[in-house]
Amino acid sequence: MALRRTTKQKIYRYAVYAILIALVVWAAVTTNWAKIGPLFFNFDVAVKMFPGIITTALVNTLWFTAVAFIGGLVLGVILALLKLSSIGPFRWIATVWIELFRGLPAILTIFGVAFIVPIATGIRGQQLGGPVVLGLIGLILVASAYMAETIRAGIQAVPKGQTEAARSLGLSPMKTTFWIIVPQGFRIIIPPLTNEFVLLLKDTSLLFIAGSFIWSKELTTFARDATTQNSNATPLIMAAILYLLVTIPLTRFTAYLERRMSRQR
Amino acid sequence: MITDLIDVHAPAIDLQGLVKSFGDNEVLKGIDLTVTKGEVVCIIGPSGSGKSTLLRSVNLLEEPTGGKVLIEGIDITDPDVDIDRVRTRIGMVFQSFNLFPHLDVMGNLMIAQQRVKKRSKAEAERVAKEMLGRVGLAEKADAFPGHLSGGQQQRVAIARALCMNPDMMLFDEPTSALDPELVGEVLQVMRSLADEGMTMLVVTHEMGFAREVGSRLIFMDGGHIVEEGDPREVLGNPQHPRTQDFLARVL
Repeated sequence: MALRRTTKQKIYRYAVYAILIALVVWAAVTTNWAKIGPLFFNFDVAVKMFPGIITTALVNTLWFTAVAFIGGLVLGVILALLKLSSIGPFRWIATVWIELFRGLPAILTIFGVAFIVPIATGIRGQQLGGPVVLGLIGLILVASAYMAETIRAGIQAVPKGQTEAARSLGLSPMKTTFWIIVPQGFRIIIPPLTNEFVLLLKDTSLLFIAGSFIWSKELTTFARDATTQNSNATPLIMAAILYLLVTIPLTRFTAYLERRMSRQR
Repeated sequence: MITDLIDVHAPAIDLQGLVKSFGDNEVLKGIDLTVTKGEVVCIIGPSGSGKSTLLRSVNLLEEPTGGKVLIEGIDITDPDVDIDRVRTRIGMVFQSFNLFPHLDVMGNLMIAQQRVKKRSKAEAERVAKEMLGRVGLAEKADAFPGHLSGGQQQRVAIARALCMNPDMMLFDEPTSALDPELVGEVLQVMRSLADEGMTMLVVTHEMGFAREVGSRLIFMDGGHIVEEGDPREVLGNPQHPRTQDFLARVL
């Protein structure tokens, strides 16, 4: 006697649930809670982290992210327009730039800028306000390459008829780009740009490679140093929670925007 | 200053030996066409005949490969001519409306007035309201294009062109993208424009409009003007076999 298809599906689903629960129970039983508790969730160590983990570390992380995002955005718009230019050398410069900084690991670019620039030009990070400034320049380069491609896609998604209508009204190419194309392109790319912001926020953890002062520590560096000083990993857990408190609302917001846009079309 | 040099007696549009190629494909093969002020010239022809390319050459949305485009006596293919300035005098209406979706109706009507004609906000608003009234959509001032019907969008597009106070209007199949029941309202607006003496060059499939409103009808095929004349004559008694063949298929 054959079972009904829905009954079969039900049995299959309960089997999957049972396996999942068994795995979780197994992990919980075999884990050494006595060791993990004090090492990763130590209340005394946690209290010592305040207020520095907020006022220095989180603020620096947000601040560095904002600088890299805005810098990357401005450069990204320029690169996108160069990439769409009818002039060959402009396109080539943009292509080389984008391929280079997308192709390299971000940590290498940051390292490269932080160490090659001082040797090549004699300008030291300290003269610019700290080694982190050179690191941020590296991060801006990385951000600009990713954002340029996103922005280019947004601009190209605006129908050609929009340019024609604008030009037929007497708007110059510059005015058409600024008043008609870019505003429409940006609407399209708000979700991917929010994503880019989240990626950058996490990439600020790579800035340590450029070297840091006490005042310029971001979340990861702050937590790592605090972990070493206290011989306790609680600061890392706190940093993780702080990252998630910022990134999860942002990714939820992106998902909301994407849903809303797919409804409009 | 181009405007200072305008010859008041010159024809509105004067195309001389106009040639346009896309790669090896020659779409316009030497067009001569003169449109005098106040004329309503309709262009018909099979798809691929070059009629849209011809229209788009008049305001240089298509750069001609050869020949001249004279607008009110000035050759605008001359690279020294400020084409943006010329375009403010030539209104254009597209098949797919091409309203700016990120701006509301007033925004659509005001942006070029403010950014190109440098009109004050108040002045641009006044002109926009006046033109919106002319196309019968005064109550839609705050609507966004996405919330309007095709017919309403096309009327807004006509109003947007009129806001620049053009001397002439180009229509590129303005009713082809519309549902049949919405065609009438757009033709009505175009008819009233013609009645007010606007110079118009219209690429269309609306034979009724061409017959009743047009002062001249042009039949194009294969990049040539094959036949032209009084619309009633051309439609009622076509001389050229290709015109006869085309009209037999569409009428």
